[in-house]
Amino acid sequence: MASICSVLPELLCKFPAIDDGTIRLARKTIDDGFKGFVRSYGDAIDTVVQPLQWFLNYLESLFVGSPWIVILVLMVAVVYLGSRNINITIGTALSMIAIGLVGLWNDTMITLAMVTVCTLISILIGIPIGILMARSDRVQSIVNPVLDVMQTMPSFVYLIPVVMIFGIGKVPGLIAVVIYAVPPMIRLTNLGIRLVDQEVLEAADAFGSSAWQKLKNVQMPLALPTIMAGINQTIMMSLAMVVVASMIGVGGLGKNVLQAIANQFFTVGFLNGFALVGIAIIFDRTSQAFGRRLQKHSEVIHG
Amino acid sequence: MASHAIEVKNLYKIFGPNGGDYVDAVKRGLGKAELNEKHGHVLGLQDINISMPAGGVMVVMGLSGSGKSTLIRHINRLIDPTAGEVLYDGVDVCKMSDNDLREFRRHKTAMVFQKFALLPHRTVLDNTVYGLEIQGVGKAESEKRARGWIERVGLKGFENHYPNQLSGGMQQRVGLARALTNDADILLMDEAYSALDPLIRVDMQTVLLDLQKELKKTVVFITHDLDEALRLGDKIAILRDGRVVQQGTGQQIVLSPADDYITAFVKEVNRGRVINVETIMRPLSGNPEGMPLAMGTVLESAARAMTGAHVNAAHVVDENGRPIGALDLPTIISAMVTPTSHEDKRAAA
Repeated sequence: MASICSVLPELLCKFPAIDDGTIRLARKTIDDGFKGFVRSYGDAIDTVVQPLQWFLNYLESLFVGSPWIVILVLMVAVVYLGSRNINITIGTALSMIAIGLVGLWNDTMITLAMVTVCTLISILIGIPIGILMARSDRVQSIVNPVLDVMQTMPSFVYLIPVVMIFGIGKVPGLIAVVIYAVPPMIRLTNLGIRLVDQEVLEAADAFGSSAWQKLKNVQMPLALPTIMAGINQTIMMSLAMVVVASMIGVGGLGKNVLQAIANQFFTVGFLNGFALVGIAIIFDRTSQAFGRRLQKHSEVIHG
Repeated sequence: MASHAIEVKNLYKIFGPNGGDYVDAVKRGLGKAELNEKHGHVLGLQDINISMPAGGVMVVMGLSGSGKSTLIRHINRLIDPTAGEVLYDGVDVCKMSDNDLREFRRHKTAMVFQKFALLPHRTVLDNTVYGLEIQGVGKAESEKRARGWIERVGLKGFENHYPNQLSGGMQQRVGLARALTNDADILLMDEAYSALDPLIRVDMQTVLLDLQKELKKTVVFITHDLDEALRLGDKIAILRDGRVVQQGTGQQIVLSPADDYITAFVKEVNRGRVINVETIMRPLSGNPEGMPLAMGTVLESAARAMTGAHVNAAHVVDENGRPIGALDLPTIISAMVTPTSHEDKRAAA
């Protein structure tokens, strides 16, 4: 190496980095600027997201506070009504009973409340953005790279500004989870609408549909299978992310996992891990069976 | 509701980002191939002038790539023209505002598609009410009207089936019922029967002809099948490379094809089912002989009637029963076989 460098000018051998002083100054300016921003607007932002906090707390106390038997019956009923599949229903009941037996019922309820809120928010944000993306190539070309960053940026990195703004707690956890879980919702909504059969759209136009009528009658119903897949993905990613979010103060199963990592509690770690897997499978199978049921009309009966 | 004619005037369509720049060049004689090669634009339609009869069936015939589907999409402006006019009831469809266009599509036109284009998540009934739903007609009223048309197209009992549960022919009946329920004056049929089996196609043609007898809508029917064109069309326009090669009644096209291209088509046609007796009759000399044949009888039926009755001579009578011309069996037969001139052209080609 050194031999090559002896003949090359130094500029081509050692990368000409900006000098340390400049970088330090830039870093300090940006950090100070952001801290200043947090100091002046932090309270205002906290007020804006306060309803989220209430909603989270309300749902959590509802899940944790209700007698376990009520929750279990309710869950089994929802799973059965959604999937109309007896195997999935029995599986749900058994997993929940197993979770209760190993003493993780309350933690599971906290996680369940968190995932429910995260999924609802992801759907509320994701579907409108997905629709906008599908309607305009320009919006798509702007949103796509943003989604790429959201999906590839290590979650620990965006936890930093989130914690700086919101501190430690449920709401920052929720925001971190939504950032991680919303991209598939947006992408699959966009994809589903773009894949709708052109001829059916043309027919809708030929009958004089307005843009809203087209969206409501044709695009959304025909995109529904893809959108359901997006919801499914969002749920799965929320479940994965609640563990990471436990680092910034989200309770539940994730917190137990974090403690298990810190203290090398092998059994505790796996028990909590399996509890997460259990509810992930319940969510996944139920939402998929529900999606299939919505598509009953596409079964080809006539050859 | 009285039907109105549709006038297509000097219509040009050039596909590509700057289609408008080349209209004048095309008018001066720039060809399709050259336009594509030198300028990267595709010539869809050039100088189309067709007047589509009110209350009649206008068939636009052409092979794939001839521009026939492009043409029909100009009538409800699913495609915007590069130049020219489409007049309906004196109004240029191409100049309508978005709102007027939507109203025009809702109330004046209905369309049937080659691949049916039904909504897969809706039942037959819910598909059929689609047009009325868009118009904002109440549910009870629109379902009542839809049920009537479902019955007319022969799908009674299938109201609650999904399109996927029906065969192609039945799906297209739904497409037809959906269009008819709209009760629009213009019925646009874009290769509506091309995806169907031959037998079912003939069946559906009969359905359309029966309905048209009482509805008298202005129908624009696109097809690549000359037999279908001749069976349905009150007037036929033949398109080739985005240009009208010939237009007229089926008989005019069969008896005097404009060029070799059309001759090649026409020679495969069953002339006995197209040509009417009055077309080949000679003037009446003396008293009418033989059996009477009504005006509008096709040669095949005439020949069948005459051989059945063992007569060689017949006379044609108008709707009041007055004799207007005479003909005999040899004349009929010679008119039914393809003339040698056409065969020669084929041999030469």
